[in-house]
Amino acid sequence: MSADSHGAPVAQPASFAFTAENLAKAEAYIAKYPPGRQASAVLALLDLAQRQSDNWLPRAAMDTVADLLGMARIRVYEIATFYSMFNLKPVGKHFFQICTTTPCWLRGSDEVVEACRRKLGIGIGETTADGKFSLTEVECLGACVNAPVIQINDDFYEDLDGPATEALIDAFSRGETPPPGSALKRQGSAPVTGPKTLHGVPSRETPMLRDPNA
Amino acid sequence: MLSDKDRIFTNLYGQHDWRLAGARRRGDWSGTKEIILKGRDWIVEQVKQSGLRGRGGAGFPTGLKWSFMPKTSDRPTYLVVNADESEPGTCKDRDILRWDPHKLIEGCLLASVGMGAGACYIYIRGEFYNEAVHLQAAIEEAYAAGLIGKNACGSGYDFELYLHRGAGAYICGEETALLESLEGRKGQPRLKPPFPAGVGLYGCPTTVNNVETIAVAPTILRRSGAWFAGIGRPKNEGTKVFCISGHVNTPCNVEEAMGIPLKELIERHAGGVRGGWDNLLAIIPGGSSVPCIPKSICDGVLMDFDALRDVKSGLGTAAVIVMDKSTDIIKAIARLAKFYKHESCGQCTPCREGTGWMWRVMERMVKGNASVEEIDMLLNVSFEIEGHTICALGDAAAWPIQGLIRHFRPEMEQRIKDYRDAAVRSRAA
Amino acid sequence: MPKLTIDGQEIEVPPGTTVLQACQRLGVEVPHFCFHERLAIAGNCRMCLVEQEKSPKPIASCAMPATDNMVIHTKSEKAQKARKGVMEFLLINHPLDCPICDQGGECDLQDQAMAYGFDRGRFEENKRAVKDKDFGPLIKTSMNRCIHCTRCVRFATEIAGVEELGATGRGEDMEIGTYIEHALTSELSGNMIDLCPVGALTSKPYAFVARPWELRKTETIDVLDAVGSNIRVDARGPQVLRVLPRLNEEINEEWISDKSRFAVDGLMHKRLDRPYVRRDGKLVEASWNEAFDAIAERFGALSGAKIAALAGDLVDVEAMLALKELMVALGSPHLDCRQDGAKLDPTSHAAYRFNTTISGIEQADVCLLIGTDPRHEAALVNARLRKRHLMGGFKIAAIGPALDLTFAVEQLGTKPSVLDELGDGRHGWSAVLKAAQKPMLILGMGALTRPDGAQILAAARRVAESCHMVRDGWNGFNVLHTAAARVGGMDIGFLPGPGGRDRDAIVSGCETGEVEAIYLLGVDEIAMSRLGRAFVVYQGHHGDAGARRADVVLPGAAYTEKDGTYVNLEGRVQAARRAVFPPGDAREDWTILRALSDRLRRKLPYDSLNQLRRHLVTAYPHLALQDAVTPASWGPFGSAGPIAPMPLAYPIADYYRTDPISRASPTMAKCSAVAAAARHSSAKNPSAKTGTHG
Repeated sequence: MSADSHGAPVAQPASFAFTAENLAKAEAYIAKYPPGRQASAVLALLDLAQRQSDNWLPRAAMDTVADLLGMARIRVYEIATFYSMFNLKPVGKHFFQICTTTPCWLRGSDEVVEACRRKLGIGIGETTADGKFSLTEVECLGACVNAPVIQINDDFYEDLDGPATEALIDAFSRGETPPPGSALKRQGSAPVTGPKTLHGVPSRETPMLRDPNA
Repeated sequence: MLSDKDRIFTNLYGQHDWRLAGARRRGDWSGTKEIILKGRDWIVEQVKQSGLRGRGGAGFPTGLKWSFMPKTSDRPTYLVVNADESEPGTCKDRDILRWDPHKLIEGCLLASVGMGAGACYIYIRGEFYNEAVHLQAAIEEAYAAGLIGKNACGSGYDFELYLHRGAGAYICGEETALLESLEGRKGQPRLKPPFPAGVGLYGCPTTVNNVETIAVAPTILRRSGAWFAGIGRPKNEGTKVFCISGHVNTPCNVEEAMGIPLKELIERHAGGVRGGWDNLLAIIPGGSSVPCIPKSICDGVLMDFDALRDVKSGLGTAAVIVMDKSTDIIKAIARLAKFYKHESCGQCTPCREGTGWMWRVMERMVKGNASVEEIDMLLNVSFEIEGHTICALGDAAAWPIQGLIRHFRPEMEQRIKDYRDAAVRSRAA
Repeated sequence: MPKLTIDGQEIEVPPGTTVLQACQRLGVEVPHFCFHERLAIAGNCRMCLVEQEKSPKPIASCAMPATDNMVIHTKSEKAQKARKGVMEFLLINHPLDCPICDQGGECDLQDQAMAYGFDRGRFEENKRAVKDKDFGPLIKTSMNRCIHCTRCVRFATEIAGVEELGATGRGEDMEIGTYIEHALTSELSGNMIDLCPVGALTSKPYAFVARPWELRKTETIDVLDAVGSNIRVDARGPQVLRVLPRLNEEINEEWISDKSRFAVDGLMHKRLDRPYVRRDGKLVEASWNEAFDAIAERFGALSGAKIAALAGDLVDVEAMLALKELMVALGSPHLDCRQDGAKLDPTSHAAYRFNTTISGIEQADVCLLIGTDPRHEAALVNARLRKRHLMGGFKIAAIGPALDLTFAVEQLGTKPSVLDELGDGRHGWSAVLKAAQKPMLILGMGALTRPDGAQILAAARRVAESCHMVRDGWNGFNVLHTAAARVGGMDIGFLPGPGGRDRDAIVSGCETGEVEAIYLLGVDEIAMSRLGRAFVVYQGHHGDAGARRADVVLPGAAYTEKDGTYVNLEGRVQAARRAVFPPGDAREDWTILRALSDRLRRKLPYDSLNQLRRHLVTAYPHLALQDAVTPASWGPFGSAGPIAPMPLAYPIADYYRTDPISRASPTMAKCSAVAAAARHSSAKNPSAKTGTHG
């Protein structure tokens, strides 16, 4: 039984072990830091464990990471509860993290939240019965000139409004993964009407690289 | 207006190839070896001459900061790049990380030479997953091309560069919290002294710089400190990436000269305020932490450190959050209060307790469910937090509310009056 | 030496001094909560803010090093305002439950709120509600009261060395706890109650029992191990309600072990409060005269050679001297104070003392443990070893089964023959010991209570000598006792006289009938079933093993109920003081022996404790020097001979239940059960500490 005051108890798997592939990745992360400083890899390993566990972090995974890094378990619990990207309970396949901080709010994040609620029939902090979608409210995602923004799993979906948000949900529901980025097809953070600067350099579009393992 | 030839971030919008080949076409990694060979002192001197001040918000002179690093050290020394961009309104580093990663990597190398650092960690916020993918790919390209690693660029300088992802904590943008996090702990700011230049990462001498600060360094060193210092105003020199968000017609990032008038910045680059300049209510000119300024100040203020300080606000990260007259500014600031409550690390009493208190009072202020005297109480509470904590998050939580009360007290009082009147009406009905 | 000015007074302080410490040196009081001089600096409560000239912000004095030409104002308006602000923040979410809080009357927050609090609150919001945590049988939590100073977290991590307490969550949601709920596994956990500046952590057994101003406070010493921790016994009426540590830098610093603190409820259970005499196989209540008559009847009929006496673990020196002299008067040479059969050698004081001294551990650079688990045998000796470990540059190895001392220990196997290899210089660690500046070894009862204990003692002496552990100004040879009475008993020679039997021979003599009567002074740890048909007199305070076997029971006084002298494992003479009177007809032990001697017509030559003490220090002058350790001279001891290959073991199986008092304590019983359950579950499932639900 977790002893803090937040959240209901969650059914926890009895054990966790990294896959061979992830264990190799873990070793590579640890190797980034000087000898004896392996604790530096704790965020990377917790993230790796979360990716292996359907995007949430079971307690057994925290324990595994603690043991692997030679850290006291309580130190890992402290970390897992401190950083907001660790999900301490299961989340849906498509994890909608809606930014509602002031710059997004000024551009209509209320409408985006409302579209999600209406379309998915769930509130903030909830998961759809089919386990496909979860909603959460997050603080500034750092894409403010492309507000409002939702981060869905690893990807940012930008320049949203109610209808664009509903379209996103429809696409995910159909099993598609819509291309991340601006719903208005803007060029990055350039004005929607097109760049007003940087005309001197010839344009050669390179698509956003995506992690083949993600 | 800054001309394109003086813009450093020529791939700000990702129009071009961000990989090594494209970066080279834009001039990155040219003559890097020669710059390294000019030596540490020359590099620091050029950066000092450039007048570059830290782009992460505090505006500390960069060359001076580099010069604090020990000339000789029997321990490793580190450069740590702060890519934990999380200040509401701010999204400039994101563009550098995803579209101009080689500028940053080259900057890491040259800055490390300038401060005698043998290794560098870039701490990128966890949410910037795809940006981290780009940067990691670029780092691998740079290693493969011999630009970094042993004998970087054939200069004889050994330099290791690592990317480290955060996991969701605004406070890790504070440099000592960042170091704590990098060492594998909760991101709770450290007591200072000792300062990182003496006792930083793993107890070793360390300099922490913002992404933009480091990424402009190669161009400064190639084009000279004097070139950079020729842009902007004295003590506020150079170019700066501005993020213009909120109620403008075309929100965007743009690199402009320091000291550009706020109005010009918005009208020239962001399509103007929604509904025209006269529809402007207020602007938060430097990211959520700085106090807002009303239209009357916006009309004439210049966008640099000193001009904004003079109007009791700040340049911060140069994130311009525009609010037009349709904005419930009490609610806009209340949302920031919630942000600081959420992001307080919980270490210091005033911030842990005070941010939640202020947010709850602000939520009542939004409805008007408060007494007029509570406005002064709220202001007083903000002063009790400000300056009484280990790091500046307490100050950052206090300032937006202080700005609101300074400029919009009548609106707050009216809201309270309206709420009371409504209550009286409903009792009468 | 930085020179600074504080409130107009100049002071020069050693480099590294903090501003707060400089203020304290001047007698300038700066309020604080998170700062504690034995813990790492956290700087988080912000209560100690002071004004520094030329600094735009007030500074946290606990964390700021004093530097030259600093000008500090602790009472300026700016400093006062900052503190008042901090105090208000501390109070907004702190419940107004002082009337029902056990910390009331001894609460830092309460005291400081009197100085810096407003007379009314401005906080109109709801107060934070935090779930209380279950820290086990000793610590009661009331987490709404927590001010997040993290003293408990730092104590657990740094001093106790059990990294299981932390601050999870963030911001105002930050909570102190173990996250996965479980009882704390430290033997020092009770100290967190003292460290907690508010009522978040209070004593569970003492909950709602008393207010501090109702208590009669007696400064005395603990006897539940051989450390001699300095304690304060708080009593009300006839009852000891709690035990707190007293500062003694040489011994326990400001900590005590959980047994020392919490076993005192055992003083109210299973007490012998009247004499008993066995009639028709059953112990029946008796008067003192009837009990003495029964003893006189048997003892009077026996020659001295048929009588024996043993002294137990909790007995004061005065009682042992009285019994020894009575036995001598009766003509019996069969005496032993080593009820565990340890082959302690009385030849020289150095042979059975912790010669390095407890505080001396801090100077050692290498340590060898031989058959000892200091964490459970002497928790504060272990705390000192850990302190030394944290200072760095300390190597420690152990001969014996694997240990968890809260710090890394190199295991040199379980076979005592390693000692011979070390003595011969054939072992890898010989070089380590020889290269050390101040090497030490600690020989435990796990080694000395073996049949070959005397040979192990000799082998350990050889290691000490061959590795230069004994040199001018340094004695690295140490025996770690588990019993508070032992060194005192050795010092006064409560040992077999010429031709006398030791413990083993006394017990076997009882078995064979060669010993017909035995006097057990607080002896409960021997195999009572082996006493055959001997007539057993038990004098002591608890109905434990000895009383159960006895033919006559004489009710004595526990350590809180008598003035008595104890000699701790270092050889430090300390006085225990009476806090309450013994229950019922029970009497201070020396008076029982004095009265009995009269009845046996061997009247002892003292009528008062003072006379007895004068007699004691005349015979043993070194016992006159209290609260100090005089270095003992070195000499040969132990007996050369072969050591058996049998692996070493440790003497204490259950830390919480080692003596008649702790075995009678309901609190210790709960701790023992919790610890056993934790051992059981971790043996079953080594990767998880509790169940599977988070």
